[in-house]
Amino acid sequence: MNLTLHVWRQKNAQADGRLETYNVADISPDSSFLEMLDELNEQLLTSGQEPVAFDSDCREGICGMCSLVINGVPHGPDRGATVCQLHMRKFTDGDAIWIEPWRAKAFPVLKDLICDRTSFDRIIQAGGYVSVNTGSAQDANALPIAKPAADKAFEAATCIGCGACVAACKNASAMLFVSAKVVHLAELPQGQAERQKRAKDMVQQMDTEGFGNCTNQYECEAVCPKEIPADFIATLNREYVRAGVTASE
Amino acid sequence: MTPRNSTLDARVPPGPLENKWERFRRDMKLVNPANKRKHKILVVGSGLAGGSAAATLGELGYEVDCFCFQDSPRRAHSIAAQGGINAGKNYQGDGDSVWRLFYDTVKGGDFRSREANVHRLALLSRNIIDQCVAQGVPFAREYGGLLANRSFGGAQVSRTFYARGQTGQQLLLGAYQALERQIGAGQVKMHSRTELLDVVVVDGRARGILTRDLVTGRVSRWAGDAVVMATGGYGRVFYLSTNAMGCNVTATYRAYKRGAFFANPCYTQIHPTCIPVHGEKQSKLTLMSESLRNDGRIWVPKKAGDNRAPDQIPEDERDYYLERKYPSFGNLAPRDIASRSAKEACDDGRGVGHGRRGVFLDFRDAIQRLGQDEIEARYGNLFDMYRRITDENPYQSPMRIYPASHYTMGGLWVDYHLMSNLKGLFVLGEANFSDHGANRLGASALMQGLADGYFVIPDTLGHYLGGDKPEPVSTDHPEFKRCEDELHDKVKTLLSIKGKRSPASFHRELGLVMWEKCGMARTAAGLKEALKKIPEIRAEFWENLSVPGTNAEFNQSLEEAGRVADFLEFAELMCLDALTRDESCGGHFREEHQTKDGEAVRNDKDFCHASAWEHKGPGQPPVEHREKLEFENVALATRSYK
Repeated sequence: MNLTLHVWRQKNAQADGRLETYNVADISPDSSFLEMLDELNEQLLTSGQEPVAFDSDCREGICGMCSLVINGVPHGPDRGATVCQLHMRKFTDGDAIWIEPWRAKAFPVLKDLICDRTSFDRIIQAGGYVSVNTGSAQDANALPIAKPAADKAFEAATCIGCGACVAACKNASAMLFVSAKVVHLAELPQGQAERQKRAKDMVQQMDTEGFGNCTNQYECEAVCPKEIPADFIATLNREYVRAGVTASE
Repeated sequence: MTPRNSTLDARVPPGPLENKWERFRRDMKLVNPANKRKHKILVVGSGLAGGSAAATLGELGYEVDCFCFQDSPRRAHSIAAQGGINAGKNYQGDGDSVWRLFYDTVKGGDFRSREANVHRLALLSRNIIDQCVAQGVPFAREYGGLLANRSFGGAQVSRTFYARGQTGQQLLLGAYQALERQIGAGQVKMHSRTELLDVVVVDGRARGILTRDLVTGRVSRWAGDAVVMATGGYGRVFYLSTNAMGCNVTATYRAYKRGAFFANPCYTQIHPTCIPVHGEKQSKLTLMSESLRNDGRIWVPKKAGDNRAPDQIPEDERDYYLERKYPSFGNLAPRDIASRSAKEACDDGRGVGHGRRGVFLDFRDAIQRLGQDEIEARYGNLFDMYRRITDENPYQSPMRIYPASHYTMGGLWVDYHLMSNLKGLFVLGEANFSDHGANRLGASALMQGLADGYFVIPDTLGHYLGGDKPEPVSTDHPEFKRCEDELHDKVKTLLSIKGKRSPASFHRELGLVMWEKCGMARTAAGLKEALKKIPEIRAEFWENLSVPGTNAEFNQSLEEAGRVADFLEFAELMCLDALTRDESCGGHFREEHQTKDGEAVRNDKDFCHASAWEHKGPGQPPVEHREKLEFENVALATRSYK
């Protein structure tokens, strides 16, 4: 396949960026999208030019490192998949493809297609855990958990923290990400002791980091590679209100 | 090169095997709570081992600095582990016990691990499950609300705990959340997008590290009372592997160059169930969890060169070779055996798919027996992944699989305390060599990472600090400056070559040599060829490398070049070790040593030891030290899964 690529290039966080155009030839349809970018970089490197910087690590859809907006859609055209799992057979010979980084105030671009997502870590620091020190646990089977609750907790816990939900949202809201962790732990008996404080503190940190709020567009759910449902945001709202009511008592 | 029967003291506590860990804990030194905060600990790596260690040390009150090269500790490659984690809980009442998990692990490792370490691992496995459940890790459960188990290769009991096909992710997020809690509490300072580039040794002790901030290029000096290294394995020495793109040998190799011994580098695990290679531009391989072998049947056509579609090949023309050769374990034979059998079938010309380097993993019978819904519930995400990558529907036609580099059992030598021969350097998880011998069983890597990080290091590190009381060292010590100067020289050289070839192209070339000569089967002649070829690739690397840009910026080519430079040296050590170990054991198969059925032949008389290599300076051959492996509790047997 022969393709024209319009790629966001930005030297560093301070510099202005711009779209640059490149051509790549003889791409195998079985290549992944990132392998196609590897080939572009190989081309640039052998001619002494700076390769395009982009994040990727596991390349099997689970680490959450890869983060490209392709033709305006975070993670590209495949539903329920990260960009590392996108294959070139989804494109047509001769296509022009636009490749950009996540864009959000709380995810500043560091270089080219790489942005800083440490704001997500700080949200988890605010309460996305169960406070249990190593060694203080009881026998695992002493705490039966009904399968439906365990399954729902698992569904929420599959969030990979990639940030596509933020990149897709016109408000750059992180509510799908926050709700996934809040629901995961609220579903389980282990999460009850800190349930209200967790919802309150994580939402507060989300606001501090400069993420917006949800206005029910469901763009986040549409691009989430783990297909985390936007219903969880409703649960988050409920948990947050509940925490507020209890706190004022 | 003459091996030295050496000074290596594994510091295994005396007494019966079952009591050794308790015995250590009884005698260990403690650090009182008020003094813990005076000790700075540098934890390198944030996967299951490093993340759980940093979190737990933070909880205990140590001042911890933790480093990872990814943008967040949540992305460490432990996250990609699919199948599960073993624990000797015997919740299924099927005859499991700490002893049986210990025995299976020693046997699975082909009697090349240290008994005492493996027993401790089996013992602590039970606490891991308790800890993870308390953190809210959503393991699979039965309708009664209790934890579910599945079977895995190399065992005849169901002891594997799992979270669909994402067990590594869920366990890592548990450790990550515990770590973030400590970061929020100010006990741990996290340095992401930061790479270790050297270990600083002062008076024979590891006293600090040098790091490079990957965003700004700034090199920093860190001094501490101990360095805890949990930086994973070197499986990307083969270039194509199931490891993440960033996985590398740099941290452990730099420690080796500063005096830490590297043990058994030739022990690598080639995982039998990966999606086959599709072309030359491929960057990595994808694993399909071994749990698929619970219900999938592995076969190839009986006839070489059979081009029929799988559903056109009648039952009596199929060779279910694992079931045929190993009737009692069948498709659940250990990984090394399953991988080698696939290679043999393909070498016979009976392989399927691209280049005939693949075998079928067939769910037809399981779907007939259990229904598609049940198979979907068990393996849905794996089937989706297969379909996405290959564009084929595995519910309708069998998957094609082929072995790929996946895990490395070798690593830095450590004693029972997980301390290297360099005092103050502790090595955890895949980065050390101690628990899996010559082959690791499925679902045991997660177990080891978390046992080391949650339960071993908190005790053994305290014992070191409480007993040795290392004197404070400042980053103004001349050794820091000397190491930093060396580092700057190296970076300057990498940037000044201005050649024509990318770091990846050298890595790919090295990987092909290693896969051919030091992969699933090895010969003395092949290894000697590799030992001649590797220095040639390395020489061209230093003459014809292209790294654009500067040091003082985000420069991914420079990062990659540094890692490839280390692989180009390390590969030689790996081949030398493979050549020296003139026997077959586990993942190390020397074609000269096999039965006429093609089974590995061990040589316990001459090779029942760990080989720990000491670096002797550039251009000098490394020196081999041997730790004799004493088996007091299990009889050295020929491993049989028939």
